[in-house]
Amino acid sequence: MHFSRKSLGIPYAVFLIAFVLAPLLVLAFYAFTNGQGQFTMANLHSFFGDPNTLGTLFYSFAIACVTTIVCLLLAYPVAYFLAMSRIANKTVVLMLFVMPMWINFSLRITALKEILTVIEGNLAMYPFLNAVIGMTYDFLPFMILPLYTTISKIDGNLREAAMDLGADNMRTFLQVTLPLSIPGIVSGVSMVFLPAMTNYVVLDMLYNSTYIMGSLIGSYFAAYNWHGGSMISLILLALICIFTLLTGSGEEETARGGAML
Amino acid sequence: MKKNTAFKEFFRGGFLFLVLLFLYLPILLLAVYSFTSSTQIGAIRAFSLKNYITLFTTPELTDMILGTVFLALGSAVIATLLGTMGAIGAFYSKRSASSFITTLNQVPVVNADVVTGFSICILLVIVLHISKESYIPLVAGHVTLCAPFVFLSVMPRIKQMDSSIYEAALDLGATPFAALREVVIPQIVPGIISGFALAVTLSLDDYFIAMYTKPATFDTISTYVVNATKGAQTTIKTALWALSTVIFLIVVLVVLGINLRANRREKEMGRFGRERGGAGKGGRNAEFMD
Repeated sequence: MHFSRKSLGIPYAVFLIAFVLAPLLVLAFYAFTNGQGQFTMANLHSFFGDPNTLGTLFYSFAIACVTTIVCLLLAYPVAYFLAMSRIANKTVVLMLFVMPMWINFSLRITALKEILTVIEGNLAMYPFLNAVIGMTYDFLPFMILPLYTTISKIDGNLREAAMDLGADNMRTFLQVTLPLSIPGIVSGVSMVFLPAMTNYVVLDMLYNSTYIMGSLIGSYFAAYNWHGGSMISLILLALICIFTLLTGSGEEETARGGAML
Repeated sequence: MKKNTAFKEFFRGGFLFLVLLFLYLPILLLAVYSFTSSTQIGAIRAFSLKNYITLFTTPELTDMILGTVFLALGSAVIATLLGTMGAIGAFYSKRSASSFITTLNQVPVVNADVVTGFSICILLVIVLHISKESYIPLVAGHVTLCAPFVFLSVMPRIKQMDSSIYEAALDLGATPFAALREVVIPQIVPGIISGFALAVTLSLDDYFIAMYTKPATFDTISTYVVNATKGAQTTIKTALWALSTVIFLIVVLVVLGINLRANRREKEMGRFGRERGGAGKGGRNAEFMD
């Protein structure tokens, strides 16, 4: 058989169809059928008609928004100071901020839990606060990395030009650096916001028993309710699609797991 | 003016330090207490290696650790093969085929892991009745999680590659396969290696996909730890502190190793560069950040 480079892509294309496309189609089918395989909108109605599940959606949004804002407020100065500083070994310091990504998250949350227990006594007293602290602790490196990459790529001449033209530090930051770092902000936000809506293990481990969107899937899974779980997955997928379209994050900067290395 | 800058530097350094403290204090405290007989942080007890002995002698724990490592390496190997071939294939395919692969490739990247895991479980276990005990759903799930990232880290290397070298190899009589092996692959090796490393770390860190697809008796570190924190068996709980410390040390060593190697390479490159008129510096950062 004649070998061609194109044919190398075939196994991967088949793989993607089998394990990415097919599961999504099955998900859509299950979401709109009942146990007897008949078409139904009941799963959709039971999500949007139930104040509890709508409350879950709202609570997820609240946690995700607060976590994202806290991460941004912490990560932006870190990335900015680091990118602007003149220290010799910047990569080493950056590594320090990124390294936690490579330590298993469940072990890191265990560590956080121990220390929070000492500080707060009873963890169950501050469920929302702990959820935000836990998520921030877990996701902060994912926000720092894309921000640093973007800010450090900004041409220093632009800042100097702004200064030469009479802008003070503040104005240079607000009108030059900040707008140019927006791609980094967008990619950082997308790294944090979605996991914060779905990573229910962080809440579980910190004794926050309130459901977020991910916990709904977990509970349907535990109850063998594939149809209900599929509907929640589909709703999450729709949210992710909207989010991706809004942020327009195409191929660039998919920093999960670190664009590092 | 000068005083002002000094204060600014101090403030900035302080801020960076505080954030680092937030990131590392829990892990470091846990590391300290893992060497004591204490069962909770804050209580002062005597030095003890009990946790480490439990960690390395309890079959339940060692099985779980080895299982996690094997799963990560195995899935990473498959994911690297698939993702690399996919990237080469997609790059040389027609535009429509290429964008089909690239788009599908993006799905697991942006998707929530809960959804990826749940959907694979539904297809393989519920619809196709493949037993979870066969490990097929678990491996399939982890490869699905990792391969897209391999694809994404190999693709830029292929794009940067000088395509005329491949043509030259063909003109000089190499078969397409030999040209691929001898010319194309060596040029994209950095991308393949970082893709592999990324795949390993993603698999090691995963909870959700394993949760929905693993055999009942098998545990990864994540699923084990999450279950263990719900139960309150103290010997296991404190042995996990030791595990956390061991993993932390391994990560530190690996990062140090990469840095030292990169530094050495930069020095060599620097020397080389100076001889040839100062080109070739600063390549390390680019390589690291790719």
